Amino acid sequence: MIQRKEFDLHLEGLRHLLREMGEHVQEALKTAVQSLQNMDLEKAQLVVEKDAELNRMEEQIMDTGSRLIVTQQPVAKDLRKIIVAFKISSDLERMGDLALDVAKVTLRLESQQLIKPLVDIPRMAELVDKMIEESLTSYLDENTDLAYKMAQDDDEVDQLYSQILQDLYAIINQSPEKVHQALLLTLVGRYIERIADHATNIGESTVYLVTGKRPDLNQ
Amino acid sequence: MKPIVRINQLNLYYGSFHALKNVSMDIPEKEITAFIGPSGCGKSTLLRTLNRMNDMIPGTRIEGSVEIDGQDIYGDHVEVEALRRKVGMVFQQPNPFPKSIYDNIAYGPRLHGIHSRSKLDGIVEKSLRQAALWDEVKDYLKRSALGLSGGQQQRLCIARALAVQPDVLLMDEATSALDPISTLKIEELVQELKSSYTIIMVTHNMHQAARISGNTVFFLNGEVIEAENTQKLFSNPRDSRTEDYISGRFG
Repeated sequence: MIQRKEFDLHLEGLRHLLREMGEHVQEALKTAVQSLQNMDLEKAQLVVEKDAELNRMEEQIMDTGSRLIVTQQPVAKDLRKIIVAFKISSDLERMGDLALDVAKVTLRLESQQLIKPLVDIPRMAELVDKMIEESLTSYLDENTDLAYKMAQDDDEVDQLYSQILQDLYAIINQSPEKVHQALLLTLVGRYIERIADHATNIGESTVYLVTGKRPDLNQ
Repeated sequence: MKPIVRINQLNLYYGSFHALKNVSMDIPEKEITAFIGPSGCGKSTLLRTLNRMNDMIPGTRIEGSVEIDGQDIYGDHVEVEALRRKVGMVFQQPNPFPKSIYDNIAYGPRLHGIHSRSKLDGIVEKSLRQAALWDEVKDYLKRSALGLSGGQQQRLCIARALAVQPDVLLMDEATSALDPISTLKIEELVQELKSSYTIIMVTHNMHQAARISGNTVFFLNGEVIEAENTQKLFSNPRDSRTEDYISGRFG
């Protein structure tokens, strides 16, 4: 009964690319946070270098998807598959940029001694890594339950973020000379928190793909 | 939305072949309704049922009812000619009469007793304008309709159908023999006509149905699988068979 082998093959190709992009983002976030924890400038530089690859993959998805729209004139779920691929690739590209921003903080600190041992930031990054993993699995398996479950973790990420802010404010109050680094670290918290929001967007895309309805998981 | 056509438990047989099975639907007035489905699904059969074109096929048997404007068109006292004035039809191949452009349009009104020159002039102009053909042919009304291009001929056939002021216009694959530009012209025309006429079209071009119709009915093996608002049907169909068909996975 299946008559559109070529088309289905290309749709499958989009999924593969997105999975690959997701793995890239996870790796970038992990490496960026490690670079900050260990003040490892080489690792930070690696994240910077690899970002171009992520941008290239997003462009590839845009090109393939638009070519499929023009040549195959997809409707219904076929069309949603392409729309969702566009949306998720742009989310992943932004997530990559945010991981890059974290690495750039490492580079800006230039091997300074950290004003405090990093505890909450790595915890947050670990939680966000799980969210990215689950959001992509929910997309690849078309599992809306997992998408909703994943989105719930966002609350914990937000809590960790506000904890990080409080700690850093306290440090700034006590030792104003640490304000420069403290501000950069609040930004790191903000970047990682934004990555979690994009993971939630991926969950929304999954629900749209499966049901055709647009939920708001970002509440 | 007021229904103009009401089909109730319609079954149609060509001899022993059961071509339409328990078809029931209301078709709203002054809207465009598209019938889609694979070849042999019954969509053209149903269209032809609406102006009794199937009467001419021997061995056809019909059960159930079809009401147009409150009248059962298969009732005892129905005059088929009067019905066809009310329910006009345009076919896949443009089929102008081998007459002048003017006489093609005036043919129907004359048949129905209109002979006044000024009245006929008025009808010819109005019909050609409605069919978006007037500006192209107004200086050549006496020329043979057969000299027109395919797209112009099809618009002429639409004008000819409109000349007898039908309520419903049936279009059976009316653009499938035309080039893309002529097709778009007819699609635009049909969009404009819907403010005055109820249009029911059979099309194999699913994107045409998606572009111009308000409601779409999907047929399979003589049954209605899904009848739905067009946007809904093409974005999120209820039935997986509809999804498979519109996605080009069978048919």
